[in-house]
Amino acid sequence: MATSQDTKTVFSKALDEFFYGMAELAGFSVNVFKEGIKPPYEFKEVLNQCYEIGIKSFVLVGVTAFILGLVLVMQSRPTMIEFGAGSYLPAMSSISIVREIGPLVTALICAGKIGSGISAELGSMKVTEQIDAMEVSGTNPFKYLVATRILATTLMIPILTVYADFISLIGALTGSNIKDDVNVHFYFNRVFEALHYTDVIPSFTKTFFFGFTIGLVGCTKGYNSKKGTEGVGKAANVSVVVSMVGVIIIDMVVTQITSMLGYL
Amino acid sequence: MDTALNIAQGVSVAAQPAIEIAHLRKAFGSNVVLRDFNLTVQNGENVVVMGKSGIGKTILIKCIIGLIKPDGGTLRVLGKDISTLNHRDLDELRMRIGFVFQSSALYDSMTVRENLEFPLRRDRRNKISGNIEDHVREALRNVGLENAIDLMPSELSGGMRKRIGIARGLILNPEIVLYDEPTTGLDPITSEEITHLILELQKKYKTTSIIITHDIDLARETANRIVFLTNGIAYMQGTYDELMNTTDPEIKHFFKR
Ligand SMILES: Nc1ncnc2c1ncn2[C@@H]1O[C@H](COP(=O)(O)OP(=O)(O)OP(=O)(O)O)[C@@H](O)[C@H]1O
Ligand SMILES: [Mg+2]
Repeated sequence: MATSQDTKTVFSKALDEFFYGMAELAGFSVNVFKEGIKPPYEFKEVLNQCYEIGIKSFVLVGVTAFILGLVLVMQSRPTMIEFGAGSYLPAMSSISIVREIGPLVTALICAGKIGSGISAELGSMKVTEQIDAMEVSGTNPFKYLVATRILATTLMIPILTVYADFISLIGALTGSNIKDDVNVHFYFNRVFEALHYTDVIPSFTKTFFFGFTIGLVGCTKGYNSKKGTEGVGKAANVSVVVSMVGVIIIDMVVTQITSMLGYL
Repeated sequence: MDTALNIAQGVSVAAQPAIEIAHLRKAFGSNVVLRDFNLTVQNGENVVVMGKSGIGKTILIKCIIGLIKPDGGTLRVLGKDISTLNHRDLDELRMRIGFVFQSSALYDSMTVRENLEFPLRRDRRNKISGNIEDHVREALRNVGLENAIDLMPSELSGGMRKRIGIARGLILNPEIVLYDEPTTGLDPITSEEITHLILELQKKYKTTSIIITHDIDLARETANRIVFLTNGIAYMQGTYDELMNTTDPEIKHFFKR
């Protein structure tokens, strides 16, 4: 009896937290749009943030993408050969990489690296009154700190995804070359032959949503973090979890929509 | 006729107080910090606000600059009602006000130079003519820290941070400066330098200031008027001598006389 009661409260608490979190995100994004679309725009700061995001993540994204491409081929090669489909290896890897692995890996890595960074940075700025200091210097923190970061992640995750796709395909090529001898020219011909715009467009479109989610969650959690060092740490932590789950849910929804449109 | 009108207007503008606070109210839940606070600060006046720790002094000046929204009352700063301003006008007004944070609030990812450049670069009025670098150096010279220009805030001592915070607050030559405990944690010599800096600014630029402090020397030297804040009201106002010689037990207790 007591346990069912406990489960109930735990469950309703989690539900409360979920809806509270969603409301928080929604309210925050409304504010960002309201403030962000008004001039003057902070172009310089957006570029600055794009650069930061690129610098911070391109090595990590590159290495991970390469390894995943390599591993993908090494693991699927025996099965594909067994079914006599060895020659489909480039096509298979290109579709899995462009449709799923590239976008998802880039988004998850950036959720961990960029999202937590944004949230910790804004959180500690808030706690040490640096955001207040910006405000008294006549700078709207929603524009200068938040809108710029969200715009930067929304622009940079797609760019990083294209880069990850490319590196991952090279990883796959390397994987194919461990056992076989695949010509680079031949390989990329097969890769691009296999790709249709129905593969590329949905998977490229979803990366914008991934980027937006990572930026929005990171900024919201950081900006609203509780006072104190613990609050800042917790904000960074929660932002990673929430944006990762968000990315996966968006991925699922986009896949459903593409499938409904008959593109799968 | 026209000239007479202009002169009359000129007089009326000059006579307008820099800050007018009426019936200001601010509470956090059941903790009523400001109950019915009234204060008028004339142009060019230095008003020192004193009162026990946690009584609401910082909250008061944060209301003045619009960082905290009061629950009630009116606040007119440089002739503008803070609560009716839109974001843009509020930002413009804020550029005419210098704010020195109790915690310094330096941007810790920027060097000292960048900290001081920030308000200059954000200033849409482009009032500051000439070289940004010269301006930054002069601001640092004023607080005696010219050679700290390329350090990060984490490399500064507490007192140095405080002085950089003051330099940043003053860098736009504001018409009003709100100082939150500018000398707390500084040695007597630096405190005296800060005191002189405040006086000099008042003389040179006719700045109006509200200075929050526990530093009796600073209060004596800079205050045209001292306001004693307690129980959410401006409990007593007067010159330094008036407050020192009062028979009011609360104030006597505060100054330990
Ligand atoms: N963000 C806040 N939320 C809730 N209560 C607050 C908040 N900020 C300040 N307070 C409360 O308001 C009161 C006044 O705080 P304030 O910072 O103005 O004190 P102070 O007079 O500046 O003190 P000190 O001289 O120690 O700096 C305190 O009781 C404090 O607990
Ligand atoms: Mg204070």
